[in-house]
Amino acid sequence: MSIAADSLHVFTRELKPVLRDPFQLVFSLVQPLTFLALFGPLLSGTTGQPLSETFQWFVPGILVMVTLFGTAMTGSNLLYEIILGSHERMLVTPVSRAALLVGRACKEMVPLVVQAAVLCLIAAFFGFRPHIPGLLLGLILLAILGMGLGALSYALGIAARKEDWIFWAVQQTVLFPLMLLSGILLPLSQGPHWMEVISWFNPLTYLVDALRVLVEGDFADPAVWQGGIAAALVTAVGLAVGIRSMRRSL
Amino acid sequence: MSTPIISARKLRKVFPGKGQEEVVAVADLTMDIEEGSLTAFLGPNGAGKSTSLRMLTTLMPPTSGTATVCGHDIVKHTAQVRASIGYIGQKNGISPYQRLRDELQSQGLMYGLGRTESTRRTDELIEALELGEVADRRAQSLSGGQKRRADIALGLIPQPRLLLLDEPSTGLDPQSRANLWEHILQMRRRHGMTLLLTTHYLDEADQFAERVLVIDRGQLIADDTAPRLKATLAGDWITVTVPTQTTTTAAEVIRTTARSSGARDPEPDISDAGGDSQRLIVTVDRGENLLPVLIRDLDAAGAQVLTADLDQPTLDDVFLTLTGRSLREESQTVHTAEPTMTGAPQ
Ligand SMILES: Nc1ncnc2c1ncn2[C@@H]1O[C@H](COP(=O)(O)OP(=O)(O)OP(=O)(O)O)[C@@H](O)[C@H]1O
Ligand SMILES: [Mg+2]
Repeated sequence: MSIAADSLHVFTRELKPVLRDPFQLVFSLVQPLTFLALFGPLLSGTTGQPLSETFQWFVPGILVMVTLFGTAMTGSNLLYEIILGSHERMLVTPVSRAALLVGRACKEMVPLVVQAAVLCLIAAFFGFRPHIPGLLLGLILLAILGMGLGALSYALGIAARKEDWIFWAVQQTVLFPLMLLSGILLPLSQGPHWMEVISWFNPLTYLVDALRVLVEGDFADPAVWQGGIAAALVTAVGLAVGIRSMRRSL
Repeated sequence: MSTPIISARKLRKVFPGKGQEEVVAVADLTMDIEEGSLTAFLGPNGAGKSTSLRMLTTLMPPTSGTATVCGHDIVKHTAQVRASIGYIGQKNGISPYQRLRDELQSQGLMYGLGRTESTRRTDELIEALELGEVADRRAQSLSGGQKRRADIALGLIPQPRLLLLDEPSTGLDPQSRANLWEHILQMRRRHGMTLLLTTHYLDEADQFAERVLVIDRGQLIADDTAPRLKATLAGDWITVTVPTQTTTTAAEVIRTTARSSGARDPEPDISDAGGDSQRLIVTVDRGENLLPVLIRDLDAAGAQVLTADLDQPTLDDVFLTLTGRSLREESQTVHTAEPTMTGAPQ
């Protein structure tokens, strides 16, 4: 069987629980909505700009946040499937190790794009007016990023299979710095210079910047291709590391 | 003889232990399994049963040694091996996040069956293993026995040439066990499936397996049919009680009769049975034939037989003879509890 067909079967399998309980997706919107509802007005008050303009700047960051938090947890599902045994069964099927990873990573794109679209719709009620083709390209970039982050999360889940607390420890350690050092919540240009320097090494920074210009329809801005390269890099590294881990995942 | 479906030569697995001490989980396992046979691996916890199956299913490479499964090398041709076999692991094959019906369907597709055939086999197995009521529920909420039956269904989906089962019936009630065996044997008849399974249940190995491999501390210590193992390693026990004053006569008769039947140790064990009688125990082959003869001989010699008893050995006795330890005692510590988890699954 080809790796594409194999990946498709794994992808479909992973998607089934989501389709059976779509309510899961609604629930995971609570966190980003809280940020929109509580942090948005705060930001608007601090800058003195109206909420609609604040959202134009803030919502793209929240979409990257949804991508980050939505996909970073996914490795825990694999981790528990390894601990409980269903992964062992999958490893004995004729499906290749690469397909087991690629199928799972591809599935990450689906809930993420749905969540992002719903968020944009809700934000639109409060004055968020994205350039539609720009937003669509932005969602594609996020989907690619999500696939890469998901693959990395799976690699982490596999690495933590003998000590599952490691997974959560790394999550706690990595996620918030990644988020804060990408300018999702506040512009880093206003912080100390060293923070800005660190953010140059954070791929999320480029995605946030790309999304912000894309929702304005500014396709010519270099931030767009820089964001594309950052997303592609994360996915390339994620898939390489993920497939390698999958090969020794018992 | 046709080429064996499994052929292992000095298969060895060594795990690096904590500190310096390494664990030899499987030591130089050499065996041939004939196509169409039903073979049981019997051994206490930690004997190396699962590790043996995991090497044969390509889940882990051996430290040394070679093996072919369905004609394919387990290290060089892992994909071909996996395409020819089915596997039911010791842990649960069904994911807690999935529904059984979905999981069976996916399993079929992953074995390359196609949508229609996957659905057909899914429905058939759900029906046969009486899982209809739980097939559309998240597997997290299934009972231990329901999960185990779900695992079996998943393993049977590909209708493989060779099915490896790691403690298939652990955690099942007697009714489910009987049902499971009926179904496995039916699949075997219908598809000519070869079965290799591990078990702690002595009666299961005894009743269903044509061949029993006893494994202990990674070593294969016996390999034969269950009846032959029992006959050669343990033998039958005949116990008679006679009045104390005829003990010497009785012992003489037993010695002669047992020796003429070819018993290796015709000397009876004598102990006090209370109430002015003595108990004499002797180990023989085919005790059911010898017991009537013995009673007649004792009677004729004037030793009145008060009670007579025949004990046929179980595989546990075989194990005891082989290792000096009881399998039954060791397997009482089998844990069927699910692994504990820290942290919150999503
Ligand atoms: N991944 C591993 N790493 C280190 N040691 C292992 C590993 N897997 C098994 N072992 C060790 O190898 C030995 C054999 O284990 P195995 O699981 O094969 O036993 P088993 O016969 O299946 O036992 P049980 O009846 O309890 O299932 C045990 O001492 C076990 O602790
Ligand atoms: Mg085992």
